[in-house]
Amino acid sequence: MLIMRHELLLILITVILLIVEIFLPDTQKRKIILPAIILMALVTAIGFLPGTPGTMFGGMYQSTALSMMLKNILNIGVLIVFIQSVDWLKQDQNKEKISEFFLLLLSTLIGMNYMISSGDFLMFYIGLELATIPIAALAAWERMKEKSAEAGVKLIFISALSSGILLYGLSMIYGTTGTMYFADIAPLITGAPLQVLAFIFFFAGMAFKISLVPFHLWTADVYEGAPVNVTSYLSVISKGAAVFIFTIILYTVFSKIAVMWSEVIYVITILTITIGNLFAMRQQNLKRFLAFSSIAQAGFILLGIIGQSQLGMTTVIYFAMVYIFSNLGAFGVVGIISNRTGKENIDDYDGLYRTNPNLSLVMMLSLFSLAGIPPLAGFFGKFFLFTAAAKQGYYILVLIALINTIISLYYYLLVIKAMLLNNSDQPIAKFKSDGYTRVGLLICVAGMVIIGFASSIYEVVYNLSFGLY
Amino acid sequence: MSILTLFIIIPVLTVIGILMSKSHMQVKWVAVVGMSLQLLSAIALIFLYLAARRAGDMAEVLFVQDNIWYQTLNIHFYIGVDGVSVAMIGLTSLVVFAGIFASWDIVDLPREFFTSLILLATGVFGFFICLDLFTMFLFYELAVIPMYLLIGIWGSGPRHYSAMKLTLMLMGGSAFILLGIIGIYFNSAPGGGQLTFDLIKISKQHIPIEAQRFLFPFLFVGFGVLGAMFPFHTWSPDGHASAPTAVSMLHAGVLMKLGGYGCYRVAVFLLPDAAHQLGWIFLILATIGVIYGALGAIWQKDLKYINAYSSVSHCALVLFAILMFNQTAMNGAIMQMISHGIMTALFFALIGMIYGRTHTRFINEMGGLMKVMPFLAVAYVIAGLASLGLPGFSGFVAEMTIFVGAFQNADVFHRVATIIAASSIVVTAVYVLRVVGILLLGKIKNEHFEEIQDAKWYDKMSVVTLIFGITLIGVAPLWLSDMITGGLGPIMHKLIAAAPVLMK
Repeated sequence: MLIMRHELLLILITVILLIVEIFLPDTQKRKIILPAIILMALVTAIGFLPGTPGTMFGGMYQSTALSMMLKNILNIGVLIVFIQSVDWLKQDQNKEKISEFFLLLLSTLIGMNYMISSGDFLMFYIGLELATIPIAALAAWERMKEKSAEAGVKLIFISALSSGILLYGLSMIYGTTGTMYFADIAPLITGAPLQVLAFIFFFAGMAFKISLVPFHLWTADVYEGAPVNVTSYLSVISKGAAVFIFTIILYTVFSKIAVMWSEVIYVITILTITIGNLFAMRQQNLKRFLAFSSIAQAGFILLGIIGQSQLGMTTVIYFAMVYIFSNLGAFGVVGIISNRTGKENIDDYDGLYRTNPNLSLVMMLSLFSLAGIPPLAGFFGKFFLFTAAAKQGYYILVLIALINTIISLYYYLLVIKAMLLNNSDQPIAKFKSDGYTRVGLLICVAGMVIIGFASSIYEVVYNLSFGLY
Repeated sequence: MSILTLFIIIPVLTVIGILMSKSHMQVKWVAVVGMSLQLLSAIALIFLYLAARRAGDMAEVLFVQDNIWYQTLNIHFYIGVDGVSVAMIGLTSLVVFAGIFASWDIVDLPREFFTSLILLATGVFGFFICLDLFTMFLFYELAVIPMYLLIGIWGSGPRHYSAMKLTLMLMGGSAFILLGIIGIYFNSAPGGGQLTFDLIKISKQHIPIEAQRFLFPFLFVGFGVLGAMFPFHTWSPDGHASAPTAVSMLHAGVLMKLGGYGCYRVAVFLLPDAAHQLGWIFLILATIGVIYGALGAIWQKDLKYINAYSSVSHCALVLFAILMFNQTAMNGAIMQMISHGIMTALFFALIGMIYGRTHTRFINEMGGLMKVMPFLAVAYVIAGLASLGLPGFSGFVAEMTIFVGAFQNADVFHRVATIIAASSIVVTAVYVLRVVGILLLGKIKNEHFEEIQDAKWYDKMSVVTLIFGITLIGVAPLWLSDMITGGLGPIMHKLIAAAPVLMK
């Protein structure tokens, strides 16, 4: 039983919260917030206890040291999202739906955990669906707002479409190999045309989930329409989980056609980074801005995947971890300001430093970390990604990515410019953020500082990673 | 623990102290105390270094401390200094010390200002003491990024534009450097063995020539951007003109030296064969930069622009000297970095003080300042004379050494380059004397100037420190020259191995 610890614990707290929710009177729904956070913190803590690797369901589910670490990373991220959402959940219009937020997020997290632990395409697919569909409900959170409803519908349609494509690819793989198990498929991948087609379908399906160019078109609209906290969850946790399993499948199942997929990724990387950056430059709404920036960041993650080595996988996980803290930091600030003032545009942030210095500082650090400025963790993450790609000899690719980091620095600086350099007649008024938000942002800042300096984190990731060679 | 760690610890503690300070006054005094300690440790370091060398310690680098950081990637926190880096550290602490006093009258957000300023200094110190390419690069970027805030918030004129331009161009340069560093890393063990970022270890290896040819342009251009190499210098006039006084001082005085130092220490030192083969391209660019910067300065009317272009010219001279590939010129390059660093910091400090009193930087609107502020005017004359290379000041020592070294290359190409570059001395004299004439001498053009007060105590503090620096080097250059020469041994060995014919 201990093998499935992460998932079982999450199911347990989901059930507990569901039962508590039933017995809470309508006027006291807010009381569920603190227990939910405490339970999630407990689960996160328990997740770090040493566990036993093993398989269940005849190998469909495999728990390894690597998958446990990935789940821990996701748990931490979800915990931060929970903490950061409190201020928003306490608003009047949300008072009836508070527990839904927790329950839906937890069920997607359970889906992601199963997905990461899958040893079989069927389990992978079930996990993927469980991780996607509840989010559509969350994206459409503010039912009466057109944009939010649009986000929900777009997300569900795109998920359906991408799942369809993915499944079609999987069916071809089953057709050519006769099995769904990763371990059995790997040696049977020969690069036959049908398998190549299957891979392309699989790749396209995943590219939708990770929002790689040219499969990214849904991202900005959904991110803009959904509530900030849901957006941050989508852009960080969902994406992170999908990247993890994508890397694992590429490295295990499709290792024999690595030459082929690295060419595909080479092109997609350039497209994703460049287009993500070019579009981010023109955005005014911060949620759309962060959406495009997160597309570009996903492109950087591909640099690690194309590294194909143990170093490559390490950098992917390491960067995803850094990215969780940095992006959640940025979204946390955008979220609290949006809750308090309803302002989400870059222009609105003019002169923010004079009125809310601490929030501006957190925002600045997060953006610098995303841009890869030392001594924040983003610098280390990016440096290692470039190293991983250069190890395979992709110097030109690294150069293109490097030029893109300058473009990305430009638009990150635009926000910093608004906050620190510009003056405004009507700056966002000074306000005091609540304790939860502060703790949430503090965790993000601590993460951004510590992950870079504490090399032991990198070493742990490295020891659990594997490469093609 | 090595004495060098102090150069990281003191600024960090100072920053923490500043952040905890309550009042404006306290912020400034914490900064002063921190940077005085830094200056004292720099002086102590110079004496310790000279003593160690005199005692016969002939190790390539001294005061070494080596901690492993990222084990699997073999990244170390590896610090140590040779004569060149000691000299650069001395320069940096002098300029930072003077810079604190020069920004005494900052009113707007002083805490943030001094924090950014000292963070910048931390980056510079870290860059000079590190011997591991990764940590070196980390500090390099750390030094560049506070610039954006410093110019953007406290600058003047089109500050947003200048800050953005400067940051993006410098970070573009650092992107090239990053590629170069990663490339060197993967070629750091051509004979097998563990890859390393360790500068000293890599210098003992012979990186394959194809890799060198590929990486050298990236590294040289990358560092060259910060060294204001033509045609990548365009950030420099705008940036300097918009920056507040202390930032111009630090930037022209110290930060631009990071570029020259990087070209010398990373690009040429680690990739000598490519440097030898491709150096001529950059030599042409450097020569153009020398004469172009000087000519550019003649046409400017704004004091800061004049000095910014003159910095372009002087910094190009550094690259020019490095690319001459002989010991004398190389020595001159380092001397020029030190000399120009102090001198230009003095210039910018004085310009800031003059601007603070006259509220204009256009030379045509000023005149006869000698009568109303004699102290600052005399200091300006001293800076000007040092700039045009009058014997007795540091500029003469540096330029003399460079051109003597450059003339040792007897082929036509190098001769022509040398002659063109040397002619910039005349042009320098033109713009320096012209400014001195219009600005300081003659009649007072504006009656408001009659009420101007001369330097305050903190202005004097800043100015005297820097003048002390230039005269010390000008009058007694030998100790510095010897110290630098002691550090040039390894790079000269590598260059001679790469091109035995050219070097003598």
